Amino acid sequence: MIPSFPHRQSAHCESGVAANLLTHHGLPLSEAMAFGIGSGLFFAYFPFVRINHLPLTTFRSAPGRIIRQVAKRLGVHVTFRTFRDEANGMAELDRLLAEGVPVGAQTGVYWLPYFPPALRFHFNAHNLVVFGKEGDAYRISDPVIGEPVLCGADDLKRARFARGPLAPKGKLFFLKNVPKTVDPVPAIREAIRDVCRLMTRIPIPLIGVRGMRYLAAQVESWPSRLGERRALLYLGNVIRMQEEVGTGGGGFRFIYAAFLQEAAAVLDERRLLDFSQRMTAIGDHWRDFAVAGARLCKGRPGGNDDFPALARIVRECADAEHGFFRELDSLIRNVGRHADRR
Amino acid sequence: MRRKDVPQDQGLFGEWKEVSYAVDDDGRYILVQSAGWEPANIANHIAWESIEAEVGEVLAKVRAGKLSPLAYHMARHQMDPVLLAGYADLFRWQVRRHMKPAAFRRISSALAERYAAIFRITPGELMKVPECDPPAGTR
Repeated sequence: MIPSFPHRQSAHCESGVAANLLTHHGLPLSEAMAFGIGSGLFFAYFPFVRINHLPLTTFRSAPGRIIRQVAKRLGVHVTFRTFRDEANGMAELDRLLAEGVPVGAQTGVYWLPYFPPALRFHFNAHNLVVFGKEGDAYRISDPVIGEPVLCGADDLKRARFARGPLAPKGKLFFLKNVPKTVDPVPAIREAIRDVCRLMTRIPIPLIGVRGMRYLAAQVESWPSRLGERRALLYLGNVIRMQEEVGTGGGGFRFIYAAFLQEAAAVLDERRLLDFSQRMTAIGDHWRDFAVAGARLCKGRPGGNDDFPALARIVRECADAEHGFFRELDSLIRNVGRHADRR
Repeated sequence: MRRKDVPQDQGLFGEWKEVSYAVDDDGRYILVQSAGWEPANIANHIAWESIEAEVGEVLAKVRAGKLSPLAYHMARHQMDPVLLAGYADLFRWQVRRHMKPAAFRRISSALAERYAAIFRITPGELMKVPECDPPAGTR
């Protein structure tokens, strides 16, 4: 067993795994920093992609992207490996553990016995770190659980080879050639500009703030198009993607605000603190959407809770984020110019 | 979100707590444990209710002889024929066929064992539905 794996509970599994692995290899990093440098913030609404018969709504970038981006921007090499054969996949994990390497793994959550039963859906893009083997059980640092846990070999095998959408195929990943020190400034700048681009300049109406406005229009049409029952199912699904475990609250907006606050110190740029506060306010407004939506789901609408009112909140979030990312982009551009002149 | 506003609405997680990001009195971001948040609990509850409703409908059809017990075990595990076919290394039309009572009764014992292993039950349990259905989310 790797004696001192720095397990820290995180809000989101992928940024948590990235931060904990880098910290283990001598590059101490907070979860928020990993989330920000991995440009994890995102929005997309894909009505034609169905998860459990419900349209895909996401407030984060595609699974796997955070780890890849963090590694690339910090100059760390990550090896990814998938397996056709389950026995091979487990043997390779044992081999790496014997070498003293903590190993990241993509798993489904449905078969993880230590996971809270209420969250055990067929979701296959969960990340965790395996850092030891004791008898027939593995010692696991699961970033959304408070303490490291033990997980039986058969359960872990099932989770690693879960089937269905985003099937992990036993995917393992580990870090190599981690530099002693890195300059986080260019990594942070590049990451922020990447998010600004994704949120405001992708000419597809389903992505970024355009996607939010599209969702708003859809929300308005749900009751007449789908009927009350399915409209509420769709609405509940958006709330889950926004607020359920792994989001840090407010559709990842609070984690991103925490990242901007840390980035302000690293870049020595006080104006980023104002942006952090604005992002917090945007996250709070997304939570207003969840509150009003949940009241509607419970059949106890307040004064103005109906689908058009919900759509209005989403539009307000879209407007706020549009202004936010455009201004943030121009600020970061200018910070860059000053840095170049020095 | 401020530290004092971090919700502690215990819902479906039991002892377990998630962490959320909140701002302390000096405006600094900190990680705070949360027992859950009512709107998220409600949304989670809706998802489970929908699964329960599906299981109930399937169970009624199995008891009426319109579907095989396989359809029940599948719904109980939140699976559809496509996902179960993935786990069983079968074609989805084969799984669909086995959802019919007559075809299911004739499956080989090897295939029954394969299905049973996926659901972690015995082949005997696979061929029938339980007397009373345990509520999901409590297993």
